[in-house]
Amino acid sequence: MSEPALPDGVERREIDGERRLATRGEPVYGEPTADGWRAWDPGRSKLGGMLELGLETGLTGAETVLYLGAASGTTVSHVADFAGPTYAVEFAPRPARDLLDAAASRERLFPLLKDARKPETYAHVVEADVDAVVQDVATRGQAEVAVRNARFLADDGRLLLAIKARSEDVTAEPDAVFEGAVDRLREAYEILETRRLDRYHEDHLGVVATPR
Amino acid sequence: MSDTDAGPDGSAASDGGDGWFETLPTDGPDDETESDEDAALGAAAARVRDGTAESPADWPERAVEAGFAADEAAYYDRLKAATTRATREAVRERERADDAQLIHAVRAMDDAERVANELAERAVEWAGTLFDEVDSGIEGARAIAARDPESDVERRAVSLAARAAKLDDERAALAETIARVAPAVAPNLAEMAGPELAARLIALAGGLEPLAKKPSGTVQVLGAEDALFAHLSGRAPSPKHGIIYTHEYVRGTRPEDRGSAARALAGKLALAARADHYAGERRARLHDDLRERMATIRARADADEPGVAGADDE
Repeated sequence: MSEPALPDGVERREIDGERRLATRGEPVYGEPTADGWRAWDPGRSKLGGMLELGLETGLTGAETVLYLGAASGTTVSHVADFAGPTYAVEFAPRPARDLLDAAASRERLFPLLKDARKPETYAHVVEADVDAVVQDVATRGQAEVAVRNARFLADDGRLLLAIKARSEDVTAEPDAVFEGAVDRLREAYEILETRRLDRYHEDHLGVVATPR
Repeated sequence: MSDTDAGPDGSAASDGGDGWFETLPTDGPDDETESDEDAALGAAAARVRDGTAESPADWPERAVEAGFAADEAAYYDRLKAATTRATREAVRERERADDAQLIHAVRAMDDAERVANELAERAVEWAGTLFDEVDSGIEGARAIAARDPESDVERRAVSLAARAAKLDDERAALAETIARVAPAVAPNLAEMAGPELAARLIALAGGLEPLAKKPSGTVQVLGAEDALFAHLSGRAPSPKHGIIYTHEYVRGTRPEDRGSAARALAGKLALAARADHYAGERRARLHDDLRERMATIRARADADEPGVAGADDE
């Protein structure tokens, strides 16, 4: 097929009789496994959904990643399975407790209890010129968060962002919310691709962008 | 920058701009004791938690240059240990502290509101004898506070009004803090109930954990203890709702359906508190279910409407 290649370390594997996206690592959230590969459920992970839908993420494997909104570590554990050093930022303490468990078996997954709206509180830890910033934060001002964190990205790096319409405004039309958010993003990024993730995540827009 | 004089007591660089590792001792000699190592890790974790920098830099390279770590792999190993320790400590502290802070904030807000109103009332009553056209309440106190006093007595009345206004500002600031803290402590509860009601429910139960352990029937009547005990001693009907009466789903529902609305809301609030305490993640289903249930309850009013002439016409 002419789909973009998956990053090294991410494969479609036969798990429970189905061909599913998978990475190699310790299971984290009771996901099905086979031969050391753990299924990556695109319905539970925005980035998984973006890969399943064939967005050009630019991920090739082994890159340095800053992940904003790591929550319990569901997605970031898969990222750490195929990427290099992975910085996982999460603001809420309770999910961060689970994130610590997910990070325990992953040598290069660094958990940080920090507010993604305040990059200056972790710029002394997260290195410059990361290859990818993955963002899945469910607060208002998602585009603003992405703009503030542009400082971490390498010039040819990728922002992989899932915008959730209902976090911005529950009453507005998702399309109007997305338009406003993408406009805000353009202040710091060149937009490479956008795609609705509705097949896996209702009222979410996937965005691939690179710093201007 | 100060790479050349990276001595252990070189000017403390804790005020931002440097990497987390820069004031820490370099990889120690092999005869380090276990408690030394633990202290070093504690110091590193503290820097991860409290440090700041405007911009990132190539920290791995800088750390190797500064002799903090032998090579990149060693740097990442130390970073892993420091971030894990820092995050574990911060999680433990935040979890322990937050619901208690929320309880203090909501009680302080109530005190500030009550006292501000009392003081404003006093100031307004006093100022009414000194000035023309004095409005009542906090707004009246604000207007008085803006006046130029012309005598010693006026000065005291104006000053008292100014204190009432300031206290009302404090109440507003406390409300803002609650609005910020509640979603972090209890995301589902705060979304469903609003930050203030969420804080009040947590305060009435004595914490998020005790609230998570309460059955929904108890959540339904939290804040209506007097009525509940009157009922239990046989003097009154059972209360339909406690503090959750302030929620639009209850107050905005017609009286004959309010019991159903309060029961439905309390059921979901109890589940929200459990999700917040035991999982800490947002559960979209909870919120959707409640919306659906409320739509069903409110549809009863529409169904009854055609039969009753001039219903709900106040």
